[in-house]
Amino acid sequence: MTSYNLTHLQQLEAESIHIFREVVAEFSNPVMLFSMGKDSCVMLHLARKAFYPAKPPFPLLLIDTTWNFRSMYEFRDRHVIGELGMSCLAHVNEAGLESGITPFSHGSKAFTDVMNLGALRQALDKYKFDAAFGGGRRDEEKARAKERVYSFRDANHAWDPKNQRPELWNLYNGMIHRGEQIRAFPLSNWTELDIWQYIMLESIQIVPAYFAEERMCVEFEGNLIAVDDDRTPKALRDAARPEWVRFRTLGDYPLSGATRSHARTLQEIIQEMLLATRSEREGRTIDRDPGASMEDKKRQGYY
Amino acid sequence: MSQQSDLIASDIHAYLEQHERKEMLRLLTCGSVDDGKSTLIGRLLFDSKVVYEDQLAALHVDSKRFGTTGGAFDPALLTDGLRAEREQGITIDVAYRYFSTAKRKFIIADCPGHEQYTRNMATGASTCDLAIILIDARHGVQTQTKRHSFIVSLLGIKHIIVAVNKMDLVGYSQARFEEVVDEYREFATRLEMTDQRFLPIAALPGENLIHRSTNMPWYEGATLMHLLENVHIASDRNLIDFRFPVQHVNRPNLDFRGFCGTIASGRVRRGDTVMALPSKRTSRVERIVTFDGDLEEAFAPQAVTLTLEDEIDVSRGDMLVRPDNLPNSTASFDATVVWMADAPLLPGKDYLIKHTTRITPARVTTLRYRMDVNTLRREPAPALALNEIGRCRFELAQPIALDPYRRNRETGAFIIIDRLTHVTVGAGMVLDATAAGDETNVWDKPAATGLEQPSSPVSSEERAARFGQQPATVLLTGLSAVGKTPIAHAVERLLFDRGRAVAVIDGQHMRLGLSRDLGFSADERSENLRRAAEVAKMLNGAGLLCIAALVAPHEAVRRRAAQVVGPDRFFVVHLDAPEAWRRAHDDQGVYAKADSGELRSFPGVSAPYEAPEAPDLMLLTAELSIEECARRVVAMLEAKGVI
Repeated sequence: MTSYNLTHLQQLEAESIHIFREVVAEFSNPVMLFSMGKDSCVMLHLARKAFYPAKPPFPLLLIDTTWNFRSMYEFRDRHVIGELGMSCLAHVNEAGLESGITPFSHGSKAFTDVMNLGALRQALDKYKFDAAFGGGRRDEEKARAKERVYSFRDANHAWDPKNQRPELWNLYNGMIHRGEQIRAFPLSNWTELDIWQYIMLESIQIVPAYFAEERMCVEFEGNLIAVDDDRTPKALRDAARPEWVRFRTLGDYPLSGATRSHARTLQEIIQEMLLATRSEREGRTIDRDPGASMEDKKRQGYY
Repeated sequence: MSQQSDLIASDIHAYLEQHERKEMLRLLTCGSVDDGKSTLIGRLLFDSKVVYEDQLAALHVDSKRFGTTGGAFDPALLTDGLRAEREQGITIDVAYRYFSTAKRKFIIADCPGHEQYTRNMATGASTCDLAIILIDARHGVQTQTKRHSFIVSLLGIKHIIVAVNKMDLVGYSQARFEEVVDEYREFATRLEMTDQRFLPIAALPGENLIHRSTNMPWYEGATLMHLLENVHIASDRNLIDFRFPVQHVNRPNLDFRGFCGTIASGRVRRGDTVMALPSKRTSRVERIVTFDGDLEEAFAPQAVTLTLEDEIDVSRGDMLVRPDNLPNSTASFDATVVWMADAPLLPGKDYLIKHTTRITPARVTTLRYRMDVNTLRREPAPALALNEIGRCRFELAQPIALDPYRRNRETGAFIIIDRLTHVTVGAGMVLDATAAGDETNVWDKPAATGLEQPSSPVSSEERAARFGQQPATVLLTGLSAVGKTPIAHAVERLLFDRGRAVAVIDGQHMRLGLSRDLGFSADERSENLRRAAEVAKMLNGAGLLCIAALVAPHEAVRRRAAQVVGPDRFFVVHLDAPEAWRRAHDDQGVYAKADSGELRSFPGVSAPYEAPEAPDLMLLTAELSIEECARRVVAMLEAKGVI
């Protein structure tokens, strides 16, 4: 006899698929913000399910700081574009790049403001996207916990936590005026454990940096970081030593804190994660600004 | 959780297998500001080890800045997310929290307890399976407890856990616990709730949450966590009525045309005959397509793609159903509305509604009443303001397929969108027009079939000859204490003394007997007049004259009464007097009660009175004696040829 029950992952999957289809049906120019991290990969997998047998009818957009791990760019070209056949846009804040800003010289906050936040706003304005999928999860951070599935942004991309649209049932209000946008978060109700379990169950490919291996590492701004290329200042490169590490979250390599680990399989990663006593975003330098940092970033247009 | 930790360390395979079979439960926590709601959630998260060390370190910094526990660990700060709220010390929006046990993944909608945030609670409640209602054991059932319980029942949450908190502050007293439970039960009989459980807890020290309290040996029930893990929710879904709102038409090439959607309710099998609404064209399900392969059968809430055997026209916003199990296709319906915008809901204004996957222009034609969420009383209102709840009539340009919310949450719910600002201004829940007790308007309700009007062997001509009169009904309408009842009885005396057969129907008599079940909302006043009109019709049928003394404040309702009695034998007398005069002649003190709010929806004070547009007679009772008024009524009847 059929049980007619869904497990929590099946239910989360169905809800995410619903969100993808709603956005595609109601908006004229959607895009998926694709950071190449594990959440992006899960999001892409769900999008492929939502529109099968068609391909997801929107492009991916990478906000390219030029400082991501090399293995991330390689993963995108080989797997996402090559094997999955997705169309991938990338946007670099050229003015920022020319100004010579780097995470090493200007610190995480200034760098992220210019190369992430600034570039994101430029790209959304350039392509005139009216909806952007983001991989944000409500369990990540306190300000995210109050985020809607459809997050309304005004013409300046700003988020006003006191003026969000009420969101009831699965009836999302996608009505906007010209210039306004919706950020849609299909992974809102997923937790870090859900993401890892789903990656394992569905055999979703992810960037190898999530798995432990011996990497050349050095302390920088309170984090253990990997020396991913020779843009790392010489003094740091000289101080680097081999360490068995993996990364819980991936982004710009100088700003991604490594975790000492020997976990080389998904099961080992999940096991470590469950026994861990530090949160996932802890390794992200940008989250450690004083007070409600994420809230400030979201007000300015961060996703 | 320690057993879980052991399992994770020793056998991650077994752990993961366990976690792949987990169910998901969404719950809502509600309580007043100081009932300890945030503390409870903080405790659940903390004790389930969802809180990491770095978050805890940040919490200790925050505890010094914002804490209300004098620098000690304040679990409430784990959940009060946004800065403005922390500084005010209250949660002002819905925040979602997550934790898991071996059996279930939990999503907590953390809702504010603050007075004015009905809208946030409704938002949080809309997706929940279960609600925890927190009551401070020291204070018992508060106005807010009632408000929250009402919203929880309105939004159709089936499982309620009433957690009586801060038992440590009442000496773990069983008597106090039972007192609060009785108080709650008495109030909750007026709500529709299927599954209620009561639980004594102390959230700050964590008693009866995950671990049993040793301080309350008299409590033999389950802990909160045990209840949360074991409440049976699988059968809450509607697996009977197949409803498939089409979200998106998937057309990657000429050979494939699939209809994407989430099954709102029911089940569907390959080969089933389905009907598309509104076109009513039928076809059969050819394939149930998913990325992971075709399915033989799919059920709510799966997200699938259906292909049909025939090329029938189906687009977004349409609904696939089974031809032998149809929803209501209608362009007008009644719904309960929770208003969520600063600008009020105005009857007559045009809005948009989003129902399933369809956005449709809609007009609120009638605001039947507003519900006082604190007393559960209905009262007439000209508009619905922010955080108010009322019952409205909606008229649409096109029919849509819907079900009553009680039967089907997915096809009975809709949001109301402002046409200009595009903001979500309200939430609606479709009412079942035929549900008993829900619909007091029975004017249009057909009588049971198979009934016949019995014909009397005594003809109306014989009666008219015997009594020397044509039967007729005189409605004396006017505000309270204007003199309706004394004038009715004076008319009765005059007519009786002249040998006429006459009876009086008085509003208070109706309320003492025939209409004992009715209150004083516009709908209930309307029903009272309907019953009076049916009685008058019977009295007239027996050949009698009938003098009806009723406030009857609405013109439309008086006209309907005339239709029941017969327009040619129904006469309206409007009694009018200045308010000061009426108050001076108010022997029963009803105006004082209306002023104090004891009597609600009181025409002339807190509800409108519509003067008759064309009365057969107008009496200014402040200027005429009762006898003179009675004489004029009789003169009117003579002039009309009744007597």
